[in-house]
Amino acid sequence: MKAQNVLKMEILSRSSNESFARVSVAAFVSQLDPTIEEISDIKTAVSEAVTNCIVHAYKDGIGKIYITVKIFEGGTVSIKIRDTGCGIEDIHKAMEPLFTTAGGERAGLGFAVMQSFMDKVRVTSAVGRGTSVTMSKKISTQESIPASGKSEQTDGGK
Amino acid sequence: MSVRINISGEVLTAYLEGELDHHSAKDIREQIDNAIDRNAPSLLILDFRDLTFMDSSGIGLVMGRYRKMKEFKGEIHITNTSPQIYKVMKLSGLDRLARIDKGGNNSESAKRA
Repeated sequence: MKAQNVLKMEILSRSSNESFARVSVAAFVSQLDPTIEEISDIKTAVSEAVTNCIVHAYKDGIGKIYITVKIFEGGTVSIKIRDTGCGIEDIHKAMEPLFTTAGGERAGLGFAVMQSFMDKVRVTSAVGRGTSVTMSKKISTQESIPASGKSEQTDGGK
Repeated sequence: MSVRINISGEVLTAYLEGELDHHSAKDIREQIDNAIDRNAPSLLILDFRDLTFMDSSGIGLVMGRYRKMKEFKGEIHITNTSPQIYKVMKLSGLDRLARIDKGGNNSESAKRA
């Protein structure tokens, strides 16, 4: 499926960019007229993914984080957050709630939040090469873009 | 992100303001811990009325303060959580460790952003 609109950005893995990343993605998604809850869900999921890049992928330095947001017909948003950092050895384990290698006061809930707040989360990773997290969510548009001549209102299945 | 601390008897209230994430958590944690160390309260209230965003870094912060208060047999209450923040807390199971009072009206989340 071809995206109707695309945002691409590249930021350094500085923690001061966490806020910038989630707010920028939310601002781009706002053209779909999401609810406050949907926008909060997206901001929270993006914050988790970007924090993972900073805390884990580039734990020994500063690297680049690549964010791509795509909007598809019908109001589905896809957000890809990619790094070229250390990679994840065991994705299954990394995604277990409460599992963390960071220590300190990291709760180990990053992936659990992403999975709970987004419709789909897909993670691919290669040790030494980086990790890519792709998350998608259907926004419950008030007036869906009319598809193939139909103009009935949808409630996004809610 | 900032925190304002108020002490009344054995109750220490921390009013958090702004967005709590991994970037801001460290400074806020230090300020709250300093106040706990100086005052040894029996109750820590985290007031989230002016907290506009929180991710799982906030869960780490609350869990850490819960453990610290427990060392002195103190308690922790969380108050005025927005629907977004409550959702993150609920996911973590924090609602089983600490009393969480929801603030405002949850139906607000259905409004358009």
